Amino acid sequence: MHTLKKMLATLGELLVVAIGVAAWVLLSWWQALVLAALVVVWMALARGGRRTASVTRVGLSTLPQRLGSSSVVVIGIAGVVAVLVALLSMANGYQHTLQSTGSNDTAIVMRGGSASETMSVLSRAAILTVEEAPGIARDAQGKPLASPELVVAARLPVGGAGSDAMAGASLRGIGPEAWKVRPNVHMVAGRHFKTGMRELIAGVGAARKFGLHVGQSVKLGSQTWQVVGIFKAGNALDSELWADAATVASTYRRASTRNAVIVRLTRPEAFARFKAMLASQPSLAVSVQTTRAYYSQQAKGVTKMLRVVGITVGSIMAIGALFGALNCMFATVASRAREIATLRAIGFRGVPVVVAVMLETLLLALLGGVLGGLIAWLVFNGYTASTIAGGASGLGQLSFQLRVSGELFWNGLKWALAIGFVGGLFPAVRAARLPVTTALRQS
Amino acid sequence: MKYFHLIWAALMRHKTRTALTLVSIMAAFLLFGLLNGVRVSFNDAGKSVAGAKRLQTSSRLSIMQTLPQALDQKIARVPGVARVAWANWFGGAYRDAHNQVFTFAVGPGYLDLYPEEKADSKALATFAKTRMGLLVGEKLAVKYHWKVGQKIHLMSTIYPRNNGNKNWPFVIVGIMHPAKGKTGSGMLEMSALMHWKYFDESNPYNNGEVGWYVSEVANPHDAMRVAKAIDALSANSDHETRTQTEQAVVAEKIKQVADIGLIVGAIMGAVFFTLLLLTGNTMAQAVRERTGELAVLKVLGFSNRGVLGIVLGESVLLVVVGGVIGLGLVALISSAAGAASGGSFNLPPVTAGSWGLGLALMLAIGLVVGALPAIRAMRLNMVDALAGR
Repeated sequence: MHTLKKMLATLGELLVVAIGVAAWVLLSWWQALVLAALVVVWMALARGGRRTASVTRVGLSTLPQRLGSSSVVVIGIAGVVAVLVALLSMANGYQHTLQSTGSNDTAIVMRGGSASETMSVLSRAAILTVEEAPGIARDAQGKPLASPELVVAARLPVGGAGSDAMAGASLRGIGPEAWKVRPNVHMVAGRHFKTGMRELIAGVGAARKFGLHVGQSVKLGSQTWQVVGIFKAGNALDSELWADAATVASTYRRASTRNAVIVRLTRPEAFARFKAMLASQPSLAVSVQTTRAYYSQQAKGVTKMLRVVGITVGSIMAIGALFGALNCMFATVASRAREIATLRAIGFRGVPVVVAVMLETLLLALLGGVLGGLIAWLVFNGYTASTIAGGASGLGQLSFQLRVSGELFWNGLKWALAIGFVGGLFPAVRAARLPVTTALRQS
Repeated sequence: MKYFHLIWAALMRHKTRTALTLVSIMAAFLLFGLLNGVRVSFNDAGKSVAGAKRLQTSSRLSIMQTLPQALDQKIARVPGVARVAWANWFGGAYRDAHNQVFTFAVGPGYLDLYPEEKADSKALATFAKTRMGLLVGEKLAVKYHWKVGQKIHLMSTIYPRNNGNKNWPFVIVGIMHPAKGKTGSGMLEMSALMHWKYFDESNPYNNGEVGWYVSEVANPHDAMRVAKAIDALSANSDHETRTQTEQAVVAEKIKQVADIGLIVGAIMGAVFFTLLLLTGNTMAQAVRERTGELAVLKVLGFSNRGVLGIVLGESVLLVVVGGVIGLGLVALISSAAGAASGGSFNLPPVTAGSWGLGLALMLAIGLVVGALPAIRAMRLNMVDALAGR
């Protein structure tokens, strides 16, 4: 009978934990705020609440005596949150960099079924047809704002003189239309390349990665090219090198074919008509996407992988920290056994004791979460990392900055509080169940 | 060792605490096992003996740029080259563009360059005379439930056929297995090989060009010289080449993906710092509680060093037990994940090196964590401790 009761109680606790954590995961920050406000109101107004508040105050006032073990809870949880937020900020930064490269009022036309620009080939005839499609914005002279572009995965030396190491970089061959299609790109040093010359300009990310500066020469295969300028776009294009399309085509033996056409639409709503028009010509066989959709698609694989890694590592660390917190809170409850028993003896019921212990743990967890989030933000926000972009197809380096956003910070806090919730519940229940007489007799 | 029962009794004194601490340590070493496995498998990729003998020659302009097929004969004549074959990247996918299947269009003798991977002679004979034949790696065949003789279509994300259709018909003629006593080639296990001739003649874009050459050098120590000689063949042409050992190619690729060592190192640092604090706190607690008992031990005649040893032994035992369970779990998970997914999803196994490094870490952490409480126990003044002061 007794063991059955005990088993049922344990089952009940586990159920509470499962429900609590599940509800917690779904909570948004304002719902959490409302919840916190409700608890405060209850503690200020209801009788049980006021008792809870006084028990909590007693508990918190003894906290400085338990500084060692309490700081273990804080630091343990801070570690989890810092690692989690740092890893997720990588996914965030990668996704943001690629997504912000695209927009809804520019579209990319590639050969049908191509997974990325580098895999697509468009003939001269196809490009001319695309340029005449309706929905494309036109400049003052009435020329369509359509930019046929070549993209090749160029191999560039890295690591300075004497080193044989090379890395891939996207080399984009463009015409004058490219600048009109992407008005946000501007030069930060040097000048534009000249048509027909072996000159190139480098994005700020590529310049940093490959150590390029204006006036430097770069070997592409057997040819020597001059770096004549540095440009900045504030997105994934910063990791590219740009040069004259015809010159790139002759170096990479592409004749008159191009990889893709980027067009500026008159307005975002024009996309549907533009796409339908091109789709109605079966001989063309092209795929049409807004650049926003295209770059989001490119970001998907790596972002997902980084998220999975972050959450896996975070979960395992969370288990470690959870058991550490349980340990410390059990020890806390044990060291305060007499104090808690006294409270119970003078008439305090179980609920205030449970809530007080839980509040204390949650407070420590919150502290840990904020600390961990701050560490991740201070160390990693804006940190520049680079990786291969576009999976197996892109084969160029993409520089991106880690981004610790508010949402990520909140996610980290949620994890911290979840650990605090579970880590506090079991010790709290033990405290409330402590047999008063034995606990009072304890030395 | 004769005091083992004392150490054991100390650990069992507070079972909940010991169990909770064990789980924390276990989680830390579980993470260590997984991350170190990833680090090691990245470091060791391409480091096989065969990998040191194989050279890859690709265009210096871009790894996607093709090379003339005529280079084949020239490379074969370079002194020190035992044999040479070529391949093209086909960019295959099965049913959906997202189900990527690594497909290579290979010239004659390509598979001979990979002695760690074999197909039986009957399959090779069928492959040789079947234009649309496809040799598939064992793991790939398991993943898509492919059988020998089955007709399938692979979609190329790069090359449409002459009629504009992107779906290429194939017949599976054989399965590639790891050679006896070898671990096989991780790449070929997940790849499909098709005929280069079929590839080249059926699409309008390739025009007899070759993606890259793979050559075998007779003597691995000669690799650098042979690589230079191969690159010299096309120096100052419009198709300059870059030749590296397979090992170097893999190392360069990994470097471009990310600095795995740095990331793993940073995470492990955070994990072990946290672990040190958690376990250190537990040990300090345990020793504080037992002050009286330790004093009794001293009264009974245990030397200072004996007491030090007992407390250190306790913390080391705790960390080692937790750590071994954690690493053991990784070994279990990685073999179970491989078996459950039919080999299509692989976690790196726990190598002997990982175990060694792990055990060294466990001992070090155990000693560091136990040091302070142990020194305190050693310096214990018997009279004060017994009087409860």
